Amino acid sequence: MNRAFRLLRRRLVGSVPVLLVVVVGSFLLLEAAPGDAVDAYVVSVGGDAGMIEALRQSWGLDASPMTRLAAYLWALLHLDLGHSVAFSRPVLSVVLERLPNTLLLMGCATALSFFLGSALGIVAGARPGSFRDRFLSIGSLALYAIPGFWLALVLTIVFSVELRWLPLSGMETIASGKTGPARALDIARHLVLPVTSLGLIYLALYLRIMRAGMAEVWRMDFALAARARGISRRRIVWRHVARNALLPLVTMLGLQSAAMLGGSVVIESVFSIPGLGRLAQEAVGARDTPLLIGIILVSAVLVVAINLLVDIAYASLDPRVGASEAGA
Amino acid sequence: MRLVRLFRSPEAISGLVILGLLGAMALAAPWLFPRDPLSIAGPPLLRPFQDWALPLGTDRLGRDVVAGLFHGARTSLAVGLAAAAASILVGSVVGTAAGFAGGFVDEVLMRITDAFQTVPGFLLSLALVSVIGPSLGVVVVAIALSSWTGPARIARAEVLSIRERDYVASARVIGMHPVEIALREVLPNALPPVLALSSVIVAAAILTEAALSFLGLGDPNRVTWGGMISEGRAVLRSAPFLSIIPGIALVLAVLGVYLAGEGVVESSAAREGQA
Amino acid sequence: MRPLLSIRSLGVHYVSYGSEVHALGDVDLDLQAGERLAIIGESGSGKSTLARAIAGLLPPSVRLDGSVDWPGLGHQAQNGRDIGFVFQDPASSLDPVMSVGDQVAEVAHANLDMEWPAARKLAIELLDRVRLPEPSALATSYPHQLSGGQKQRVAIAAAIAGRPKLLIADEATSALDTIVQAEIVALIRQLVADDGMALLFVSHDIALAVNLADRIAVFRHGRLVEVAATDELISAPQSTYAKALLAAHLGLDTRLEAEP
Repeated sequence: MNRAFRLLRRRLVGSVPVLLVVVVGSFLLLEAAPGDAVDAYVVSVGGDAGMIEALRQSWGLDASPMTRLAAYLWALLHLDLGHSVAFSRPVLSVVLERLPNTLLLMGCATALSFFLGSALGIVAGARPGSFRDRFLSIGSLALYAIPGFWLALVLTIVFSVELRWLPLSGMETIASGKTGPARALDIARHLVLPVTSLGLIYLALYLRIMRAGMAEVWRMDFALAARARGISRRRIVWRHVARNALLPLVTMLGLQSAAMLGGSVVIESVFSIPGLGRLAQEAVGARDTPLLIGIILVSAVLVVAINLLVDIAYASLDPRVGASEAGA
Repeated sequence: MRLVRLFRSPEAISGLVILGLLGAMALAAPWLFPRDPLSIAGPPLLRPFQDWALPLGTDRLGRDVVAGLFHGARTSLAVGLAAAAASILVGSVVGTAAGFAGGFVDEVLMRITDAFQTVPGFLLSLALVSVIGPSLGVVVVAIALSSWTGPARIARAEVLSIRERDYVASARVIGMHPVEIALREVLPNALPPVLALSSVIVAAAILTEAALSFLGLGDPNRVTWGGMISEGRAVLRSAPFLSIIPGIALVLAVLGVYLAGEGVVESSAAREGQA
Repeated sequence: MRPLLSIRSLGVHYVSYGSEVHALGDVDLDLQAGERLAIIGESGSGKSTLARAIAGLLPPSVRLDGSVDWPGLGHQAQNGRDIGFVFQDPASSLDPVMSVGDQVAEVAHANLDMEWPAARKLAIELLDRVRLPEPSALATSYPHQLSGGQKQRVAIAAAIAGRPKLLIADEATSALDTIVQAEIVALIRQLVADDGMALLFVSHDIALAVNLADRIAVFRHGRLVEVAATDELISAPQSTYAKALLAAHLGLDTRLEAEP
């Protein structure tokens, strides 16, 4: 546990400069956007020319860019992400309101793609070159080429429009008055298509990585050594080959979190799920740059957090992690 | 010899055939469909295979779907290739600089790379297009901005291993300028592994462009497959083909890029294995 | 007396870049129960191929002809319970993410129908038998925490955990430095004597072979050149190749050096 703790501390310290770069980048984007925070505030709250000048001065917007960047950083440290034009509310509260839906969507899509993808990857990689292997590898390549938003539309046509098995859009039935398990089931039914649309491309990706990883591990001596020791093929596949091939997949899970967050923008917009992604699209539509930047910042923090979790998971799966720095 | 092996793999052949067809579609579009594909060509919502002048029917405004597909191929392939070229160029330059300079420069460049990998690329593209405004050039830049990090990391790793090799050391001994060494000796040798990544980058660029257009952030003056799919959404119940047809073109394009890319990588790996 | 292992006109062929390679041809060899046989030859002589062919560890694309029979067993040998196999590189023959205790225990579990707790207990005893320090603590460690010699001891413990009749050591000492090499050879000698196992000791090092084996088989270019009792081979080699090998090696008197 000590080992994991040291790793965690190192990663946390390492993510500070990265987030700093993200913040500076966000600041530059905000500067590049037409209009400033005062314009945004006045559009949503209202005010006359005199008040605008006063606000500019009190918010320090007439100061030099460096001073403004410092002020921006200072505000961020106090969790002040600015004011949303479209919602007439602080950006952070709008973002936090939408975050849980996106986390639920991403969590389910990750679980689906990771477990099913790795399981199918094991099936394909258990016997390299077999019919099952070739079938799954070509199938996954085809799946990997399907854009999520289009898949979402096709699934909607089939399952919501034609078969009427699943709801067309939304996160849950509005004003249904459902509570407890009934509400959970309702949400689950609403999530089937979005989760599938978002997760399928990653399922294909994880399948391919798992399969390639297994092929690599099969070539290693210890797979042959286990056979020489009379270990059953089943146990070699699951406990030795798959177990080792799982490691790069876990790393991938962290790396793909940013991409999946991006993918959820389109999926949420197709299914009208009130999450972070749809919020981003709304921000674009309303030219609400502070909100958009706020979403980017929160996403970056989220990605850093997910990667930390993945690092901890990895450290518990691979005893070699941190071994070289045991003395540090 | 290498080409022969490339044509032996069924995956590579199908990939190249698909890409060849799409390339031909893109090139032939202005001759086969000289009219503006955004102009009205017939009655609205004509179903496919009804009128041989409009074989795949028309959309909600009466625009020709086939003409849209052909002109859309132009946009998709152009944006995909341009964005991939830009991201490989930027990535290789940044990666080479980081790996070659080392020390503080390397540290700063790599933290910037980390930052770009931490921000969801699609959100970044979205923000950029929304701030500057949608046009083909901005879309290309936006996509490149979110996909240069992969090439940068690989180029840096390659450069780190190459810069210790003999020919670089001898270039140093004869007094070549560091920038000249980086450009003439290191970069060309670091490039092949970066290029092996290009099919994935082109495919991702095509998909990102489609997603941006789907959200209405593509160049409004051009037909794109993503835009056509989005356009068809409004009549999803009555005319699902309007969303399905351009989607199939998109899937085929991406699949073609993957298959051809995989074929090229495999055939060059086989060549190395035999050497 | 029925031999433990009887090899008749064994050939091993595989296809490489379109042409067939004969890795091994026309090998006849017997191994008695409890006998220590050394297989020596240069790299590419087919000695490791022979070891893998006996244990059925060659890839499925390889074509075999002739026969490998086990009159002393009365059935075809099973890996783990009839044959123990020690590989050359201890660093790669152990799973990096499984504790060494479990890697020994799983062999007992698989081959002796032992429940896991009993298998883990046996694993600790075996780690003690291969003279690893503090075996119960060491059982929970991972391969990367051990030295090369320690890893090879673990691999040997795993190889004998199923109580095999034959131990095959395929260049089992050549990845180790000289001192550790001598210790591992001594260990193998001890274990073989204690358990009455037969030993197939594959090596390119004639001095080690002489030191350990009752009988030596010399391989070259995939052919068995000569097989004789160790004393006979040293004093009166028949083939010119064996003569040359002996002249090259014994001239340096490595034999005394390798004596434990």
